[in-house]
Amino acid sequence: MTSMTPSVHSAVESAGYAAGSLLTVADLPVVEVAAILAATDRFEQMVSTDRARTLAGRRIALLFYESSTRTRTSFELAAKSLGAITTLVSDKSSSIEKGESLKDTGLTLRALGAECIILRHANSGAPYLLARSTGLPVLNAGDGMHEHPSQALLDLRTILARLPGLRGRLINGRTLEGVTVVITGDILHSRVARSNAMLLPRLGAEVLLCGPKELLPEEALGLGEGVEIERDFDKALKRAQVVMMLRIQQERIAGLELDLADYILRYQLNEERLSACAPSALVMHPGPMIRGLEISGEVADGPNSAIEEQVRHGLAVRTALLVRALSADGFASVTV
Amino acid sequence: MSDILILNGRLVDPASGVEAERDLLVRRGRVAAVEAPGGLREAKAKEVIDAAGMIVAPGLVDIHVHLREPGQTYKESIATGTAAAAAGGFTSVVAMPNTVPVNDSVAGLQWMVDAARGACVKLFAMPAATFGSMGEEITDFHELQRAGAVGFTDDGKPVLHDRVMREALVAAAGIGVPVSQHAEDTRLTGGCSMNAGPVAFRLGLRGMTVEAEALIVERDIRLLKDIERSERLRAHLHVQHVSTARAMSLIRTAKAEGLHVTCEVAPHHFTLTDEAVGDYDTNAKMNPPLRAEADRLAMIAGLMDGTVDCIATDHAPHARFEKEQEFERAPNGITGLETALGLALRVLHKGQGMTVSRVMALMSAQPAGIVSLEGRGTLKVGSFADVVVFDSAAEWSFEAKRSRSKSRNTPFDGAGMVGRVMATICEGRVVYRYAAAEAKR
Repeated sequence: MTSMTPSVHSAVESAGYAAGSLLTVADLPVVEVAAILAATDRFEQMVSTDRARTLAGRRIALLFYESSTRTRTSFELAAKSLGAITTLVSDKSSSIEKGESLKDTGLTLRALGAECIILRHANSGAPYLLARSTGLPVLNAGDGMHEHPSQALLDLRTILARLPGLRGRLINGRTLEGVTVVITGDILHSRVARSNAMLLPRLGAEVLLCGPKELLPEEALGLGEGVEIERDFDKALKRAQVVMMLRIQQERIAGLELDLADYILRYQLNEERLSACAPSALVMHPGPMIRGLEISGEVADGPNSAIEEQVRHGLAVRTALLVRALSADGFASVTV
Repeated sequence: MSDILILNGRLVDPASGVEAERDLLVRRGRVAAVEAPGGLREAKAKEVIDAAGMIVAPGLVDIHVHLREPGQTYKESIATGTAAAAAGGFTSVVAMPNTVPVNDSVAGLQWMVDAARGACVKLFAMPAATFGSMGEEITDFHELQRAGAVGFTDDGKPVLHDRVMREALVAAAGIGVPVSQHAEDTRLTGGCSMNAGPVAFRLGLRGMTVEAEALIVERDIRLLKDIERSERLRAHLHVQHVSTARAMSLIRTAKAEGLHVTCEVAPHHFTLTDEAVGDYDTNAKMNPPLRAEADRLAMIAGLMDGTVDCIATDHAPHARFEKEQEFERAPNGITGLETALGLALRVLHKGQGMTVSRVMALMSAQPAGIVSLEGRGTLKVGSFADVVVFDSAAEWSFEAKRSRSKSRNTPFDGAGMVGRVMATICEGRVVYRYAAAEAKR
């Protein structure tokens, strides 16, 4: 496999975060992305009994302050497939309800032997606080409107697996050259959009953000090189090899007036629009999706859709991320 | 015998236009004599301070501090906050009213400024403009002024309603004090925790817009004009902690039109930008927030061209456990009393070429003037012996752990400072001395 460069880990550590943490994709070097994807392949192909020895007896805490189906279950199944012991703490059934702080919750989990914490939290930046206070590797499983790094990695793996001619390509700054990824919908509130828009251009992709001003402010261009705004969905689609649809996050949208009928008219991905503008584009959605709103049921279930595949890649990528988090020297110590 | 004789220093007293080698004699809490070197050869004093190579200037005046007493003494007390002030070269501070309970009564004000609180520099209070700072009904300005109020403010919040703000400006104009406004249209900033812009977008944080500050400044200036026209009253609006280029330009225009508007800028707003939030550093979270580089430069331009009347710290201590929270949940505010002079000299004097005398005017004479502190902010004979002696060339790094404040919430831990306070004298008492203090720590 690609060997882990020691400098990668020390860069993370020098910022005060334990090696193996994944808080953002922004400081994840492309070689590190390559290493994660290579390890993902390896663990996926491994005989399950071997895989179960990888992290046998290691303790992983899942700390979830927000509801989740896909992310939580896949991290949990990934940990179990590696032989790790998992414990789930959620805000609804713990001392968090009694007002215990994130720092104290983290310290408590550490005292109970947790070696790694997977955190889902409604506040942007919460994983940084947890990583600083506990010194443990922390995997960001979605923080507020900030990031969802493992989602971007699984989306990348899905794209590599599904777009013609990309499978097996070396992972570097040119892997996704010529690929345009359109991300449409509620960009403002989307951590998935931010992680993808910061990760994919670094592998050579062009990212087109699409949505109305209320959900996509101009500041989004500050996410980095290779990010553009195209408010006309049809125009954007015509350039797309990949289209990612996002849910409108009603729970974060407080005070925003949005005409849903108009939104559907302009931004819904339906069969008519897809066949007219991008008949061969790969259709993705991080879920949860609201059928009939941002995406029609037919498209979600149609031949272009990679939505279920994304979920499967999520399980695989998260397996590799857990191994990375719990191996002092990256993947080297568990290379088989 | 006199109390203190300060010899061989360079006196910088903008109020009297003096910038020269002068010896200074302090007697019974007042400046007794200011003479050219050698002129006080015959004078005898209990203590002689050799200020050779040092600047001797009026004690600094901070018209915007939060001392957290009563009610939140785990963050700060009047004793610890004023000790930090003394270490920073300040001899007068004006306490904001957002204590628990809010300082909105004569009894509350008297309790706060009572000697029993143990203030080690001169403490003034700016009580609430409205009861409970609820923004609805103005407090008893007359009675409060008689008890020592130097102005009125609901700081931490704006006075939002036009009618209430107008009433406050009229009432304050009648007694010659300012209404200090925290300019933030809170109807636009709900749930926001930093400056709006690309950094906030990237961090996934809701941002406070430039408009939220500018709209209130604009409205208040409109009220001033209306009061001048219809009431024939010259009301005094003081805009607190200006942070945006937009608000600065509104103030510049209002001043050019002859309105009685004054304003302050905090050291962090002319030193840092919203990039300092970094990895969600809650010590870079305050309100108004750190802004974009263009705004920072506009603060400097305003300081250089005289639009800005004074530097004020908005010293806002918070306990460590409060700042060790999710960024959006952590309280706003940073400490500032011990870093203000060092940053002003670094950024404005050394960085921008502002004279030390101008820096002193922005930190003593002019803030004293805004709240009409008689006999302070100057070292003219007869004024209070409020003096700061500092080495304007010394470069050093601030260490939060050495702070006199009870709290450590500063983005300037380890930051470079220019100018070191060697001694602070308040009404003739030495309240801080560098060498002695550092030996003990």
